[in-house]
Amino acid sequence: MAEKWTKHKFNSKLVNPANKRKYDVIVVGTGLAGASAAASLAELGYNVKAFTFHDSPRRAHSIAAQGGINAAKNYQNDGDSIFRLFYDTIKGGDYRAREANVYRLAEVSVKIIDQCVAQGVPFAREYGGLLANRSFGGAQVSRTFYARGQTGQQLLLGAYSALSRQVATGKVRLYPRTEMMDVVMIDGHARGIVTRNLITGAVETHAAHAVLLCTGGYGNVFFLSTNAMGCNVTAAWRAHKRGAYFANPCFTQIHPTCIPVSGDHQSKLTLMSESLRNDGRVWVPATKENAEKLRKGQIKVSDLKEEDRDYFLERKYPSFGNLVPRDVASRNAKYVCDEGRGVNETGEAVFLDFRDAIKRDGKQVIEQKYGNLFDMYKQITGEDPYEVPMMIYPAVHYTMGGLWVDYNLMTTIPGLYSLGEANFSDHGANRLGASALMQGLADGYFVVPYTIGDYLAQTPPKKVDESHPEFAKVAQEVKARINRLLTINGKKTVDHFHKKLGKIMWNHCGMARTAEGLKQAKAEIQELRKEFWADVKVLGTNEELNLSLEKAHRVADFLELGELMVDDALNRDESCGGHFREEYQTPEGEALRDDENFAYVAAWKYMGEGQAEELNKEPLVFENVKLTQRSYK
Amino acid sequence: MKLTLKIWRQKNSSDKGGFATYPVDHVSKDMSFLEMLDVLNEELTEKGEDPVHFDHDCREGICGMCSLYINGKPHGPLQTTTCQLHMRSFNDGETITIEPWRAKAFPVVKDLVVDREAFDRIIQAGGYVNVNTGGVPDANEIPVAKTIADLAMDAAQCIGCGACVAACKNASAMLFTSAKVSQLALLPQGQVERKTRAEKMVAQMDAEGFGACTNTGACEAECPKGISITNIARMNREYFSAVMSSDNV
Repeated sequence: MAEKWTKHKFNSKLVNPANKRKYDVIVVGTGLAGASAAASLAELGYNVKAFTFHDSPRRAHSIAAQGGINAAKNYQNDGDSIFRLFYDTIKGGDYRAREANVYRLAEVSVKIIDQCVAQGVPFAREYGGLLANRSFGGAQVSRTFYARGQTGQQLLLGAYSALSRQVATGKVRLYPRTEMMDVVMIDGHARGIVTRNLITGAVETHAAHAVLLCTGGYGNVFFLSTNAMGCNVTAAWRAHKRGAYFANPCFTQIHPTCIPVSGDHQSKLTLMSESLRNDGRVWVPATKENAEKLRKGQIKVSDLKEEDRDYFLERKYPSFGNLVPRDVASRNAKYVCDEGRGVNETGEAVFLDFRDAIKRDGKQVIEQKYGNLFDMYKQITGEDPYEVPMMIYPAVHYTMGGLWVDYNLMTTIPGLYSLGEANFSDHGANRLGASALMQGLADGYFVVPYTIGDYLAQTPPKKVDESHPEFAKVAQEVKARINRLLTINGKKTVDHFHKKLGKIMWNHCGMARTAEGLKQAKAEIQELRKEFWADVKVLGTNEELNLSLEKAHRVADFLELGELMVDDALNRDESCGGHFREEYQTPEGEALRDDENFAYVAAWKYMGEGQAEELNKEPLVFENVKLTQRSYK
Repeated sequence: MKLTLKIWRQKNSSDKGGFATYPVDHVSKDMSFLEMLDVLNEELTEKGEDPVHFDHDCREGICGMCSLYINGKPHGPLQTTTCQLHMRSFNDGETITIEPWRAKAFPVVKDLVVDREAFDRIIQAGGYVNVNTGGVPDANEIPVAKTIADLAMDAAQCIGCGACVAACKNASAMLFTSAKVSQLALLPQGQVERKTRAEKMVAQMDAEGFGACTNTGACEAECPKGISITNIARMNREYFSAVMSSDNV
């Protein structure tokens, strides 16, 4: 395993430097994965076209990642190594990821930090001038590099700067405010895309020798999530309908530290970085009675003495304490709230308390570490976390599932690649904190630039021509779909459907799932989808900036994806990581895996409108780790 | 809360545009400003009227996509992004005027949406370190003093929203440009191209039609990320020392 990537790189075919300029590559999405891939491929000499639906690549939602990025540098001399990062990630993912992929991720992690520093990313430093680290959930070493609470922003701006540099050289052509609507296939290979210019509505075709989808995750299927408003599954879903398998769609991550829901008008949930759990202690009142009094405002937090507080994570998991992985922390917050011990008016929140940390380190130290997060919390809730404990509740945050890819990051469609959150590859059933940034940049900077050569070297460099009839045909299909949405003239807004879908998904396919609930959800989604296509109201025309048309496309795809997620959750008769089926748990309420029957990747194949999707199983073979019941006690 | 909204409506870049007035009720103090506009848009859509178009995405104050000139101030009364502005900052019965960013270099696309690609072109002119992927030294090879790294980070926090331009009577992009120039001028990694970077980025900024800086400090006062105008001073120094000693631009 340790030599696999080195050997694989050597065995991959190369495109000689003079020939690289004969190949065109399309990159859809300009977040960490897309921007880093587009820049690196252009540096190698390929002609790149990069697409984003934002006005600028710098807006991609990678920018919102707060806490940090993992790398096995072992700068802290605390026993970290590539193998340990690999091991933590495999275990954290509850043994549902591919060993070789995860090992490669850990291996290239060290190069990412070097690269970012060279670009001028201002990581946090110690007084001696060397890089600082902090620890993160699911790990017992300090291997997380960070730039205050804005690590994603700084890494994205680094990748954006590398991309901008290539735009300036002319090797990358940038298409802002342009959304991918479909993939074009010629002779079974991906050879281009159809896009819609979001300002003029023009439906355009773009040809290339390979297409990279770096289009992020699909957490917005739940309506409320920590994703940006624009995040969507459309690019991946269009590819899926053209033949790319969709893997483990039910693996979604619920992040434990988000600001609780405050009302029906809510449009999104805001994440508070997991790094807060380094110093914040999670607790609820020890008794139901006190929790109720607190909710009604009859007592104050300060009235509760030490013995009245239940630091439930520290109590149940003494060795990891507040730093247990995300799925464990979320599930336990749900348990105590289900017991009636939740706080906040809704009863759906737990405390994250900095009282002891402030007493220990002083307010100044805490302010330096988390100042911007505390400010953000105060801005949103109107409460000052230096004075009263924060209130948090789990929310949908990340999707481990995505397009199935092989070791080369190629989907089941030859020539079509998927990078970053859009693919399924590295996090198994649960992602560890500070690993998303690592994976996005690993895929873009250090994996695809090698693996794409192997495919292109076997592809004739002859120009792919947009005059091929397949381009006109797909463009026509896209136009027909736009027209269909604009002419339904129903009564209900797009958001109405999106909110309803979100409720179904959260109630039945969220933090805890049951076979019965999932079956009910399936029926409800089918019904809702029918209603959408009969009664949705999309105003305006195609030939203008039209937000409700944009959103209608995305919600239509979510309505299909939602059903596949439910199918996948129903098929997986076990609990693992973020997928928790209530029927399968240990007596202590931990996820109970079934390695004998479910140690596989579920890769779903689209079989046509209204047909059940076909399940393909990729067995997961573990040769370097022993499968154990995940324990953080 | 009940409010009256005066909103700039403009069908497209060639339309003349004008204000339209909308009453909104059922506004809660806990709503963010954009959620209040979401509610208005749902109502307009139900009535069959074109919803108000505005840019927004992360709603966490970091993507820089949201804008809006609210009651004569970029991002409204608080020093934050519009998505992080909550209705508790307004009073019941108030009339709120909402306009797009006004600057020649930021043409209106539709309603409250403007084109900020000029910012991208300024970065493309030199807002980077010329290193390819791979072949770089170990991250700890070059120590950087914590004070310097912190100053660079202060500058690097810019989210590219354009509030500085909108706030400035000259529609100057000095704060935006200087934030990037400063970040890279402070760090050892940016030293090699320090001069050409300052020259090229300033030249692009001028070419885009942004105005000059007359030191009113409005940009700093309105910047949601608190980027300091010391960066402008640093950029001036970088720029003048560059033009004195190079023959680039």
